[in-house]
Amino acid sequence: MALLEVKDLHVSYGMIKAIHGVSFEVNQGEVIALIGANGAGKTTILHTITGLIPSTQGNIMFQGKDITKTQGYKIVSLGMAHVPEGRRVFAQLSVYENLIMGAYTRKDKDEIQETLKKVYKRFPRLQERRNQLAGTLSGGEQQMLAMGRALMSHPQIILMDEPSMGLSPIFVNEIFDIIKEVSAQGTTVLLVEQNAKKALSIANRAYVLETGNIVLSGNAKELMNNDSIKKAYLGE
Amino acid sequence: MSFLSYFINGISLGSVYAIIALGYTMVYGIAKMLNFAHGDVIMVGGYVIFQLVFALGVHPFIGILIAVIACTVLGVTIERLAYRPLRMAAPLAVLITAIGVSYLLQNLALLIFTSNPKSFQSLINVPALKLADGALVISGETMVTIVVGIVIVVVLSYFIRNTKSGRAMLAVSEDKGAAQLMGVNVNGTIAFTFAIGSALAAIGSVLLCSAYPTLTPQTGAMPGIKAFVAAVFGGIGSIPGAMLGGILLGVIENLSKAYISSQMADAIVFGVLILVLLVKPTGILGKKIQEKV
Repeated sequence: MALLEVKDLHVSYGMIKAIHGVSFEVNQGEVIALIGANGAGKTTILHTITGLIPSTQGNIMFQGKDITKTQGYKIVSLGMAHVPEGRRVFAQLSVYENLIMGAYTRKDKDEIQETLKKVYKRFPRLQERRNQLAGTLSGGEQQMLAMGRALMSHPQIILMDEPSMGLSPIFVNEIFDIIKEVSAQGTTVLLVEQNAKKALSIANRAYVLETGNIVLSGNAKELMNNDSIKKAYLGE
Repeated sequence: MSFLSYFINGISLGSVYAIIALGYTMVYGIAKMLNFAHGDVIMVGGYVIFQLVFALGVHPFIGILIAVIACTVLGVTIERLAYRPLRMAAPLAVLITAIGVSYLLQNLALLIFTSNPKSFQSLINVPALKLADGALVISGETMVTIVVGIVIVVVLSYFIRNTKSGRAMLAVSEDKGAAQLMGVNVNGTIAFTFAIGSALAAIGSVLLCSAYPTLTPQTGAMPGIKAFVAAVFGGIGSIPGAMLGGILLGVIENLSKAYISSQMADAIVFGVLILVLLVKPTGILGKKIQEKV
């Protein structure tokens, strides 16, 4: 059984249909990339999975349970964290307060401190700046904070939306290294990226999205060598 | 000496504005809407206390407690029935609804209690403080109002910065979507904010009616608008701003009444507001509007 299964998902913004029956699945331990151009519907799919926008048709199954109609704020406690596009850290809260917000649904204080230590270990820069307001961090640091904040909920699966957007090449490499590390430690990853080359290089499998439809899917390495993918997304 | 006495009375009046302004500013900060019915919740609180304490003879302390509960329930009900269905609607629709709720409350009060003013006796039983051989008299109401104002601001600031629910409120005020992704129940948090604001309105009504002992269905309207001005003055969305704005407003109003003209006092207050907004559009302690990268 897949950890996350999306079946025939349709999403509309008012009269405009954005997603036309998308189906895909993410298995335990995988890194799955969802690639596609601007406006293909990648972010919309993630927002629908974590309940920020409602679907019009279809089902989302997580750990065998239907979460299509589950209220958005209850999703994170089921074990699904979402690192949103544009990072969306709480600019007026400190780095530490942001991380603690990530553990909002967890009760055990000792376990939260334990996770906090792990996050600080993985992101030493966040520990250095723990008392700084998140709004004063650089883009790359904010991305780290957004990831650290998501890890604070101790998720089974982490949804990442354009983590490399607007970052310098050095930070992009660093962020992708961190995603590999997160995956190696047992967290399943669903990655949405415009940087298809990078995404395919760390993914097990990938789905290619065009104007609200999945047009291609398969093993990430095979897709990397696919001629139409090379032409459209890898700039070769 | 008379200047000092006008000044202290101004701080007292300003503390009432500040307590009411906190309700405006918190709701604005978190729900991004102006709850123009807030002043009328004060009026309802006044009538609840009047009925309980003066008509039924309930102990004032219990009367105040019941008024706080009644206003809290009223505030949450207004949010649930009138504002929550409009969460995704244009801000103008919400604003018009708020004005509608304000008129609804005023007219309901008119139907139930008629327009005859009810005379309210002060519930504050603290002896006046006489200083400098009786040249400076500070009334019990004044002292209690100032102390209550300070306590509320300190407790509220601590609560918001240092508790889990407080941080959830800050998170919702900054980014509802991101807060929801953390597991914060956004609707619940907004309702909770209305509850706090309305409970403060009930306390405001006790202080207001003790200082100005006439109660009519319009009692809440003008203080409501003044408190809104105070909130804008200090920087809407900011809790210390509401306190500072309220006190400045009260002091300016009282000194204008004493030294310039009591008819012109309100005009002067609003004139100062316009000046402040011309120089600093976000209010005295208002945050700069952040640009998204």
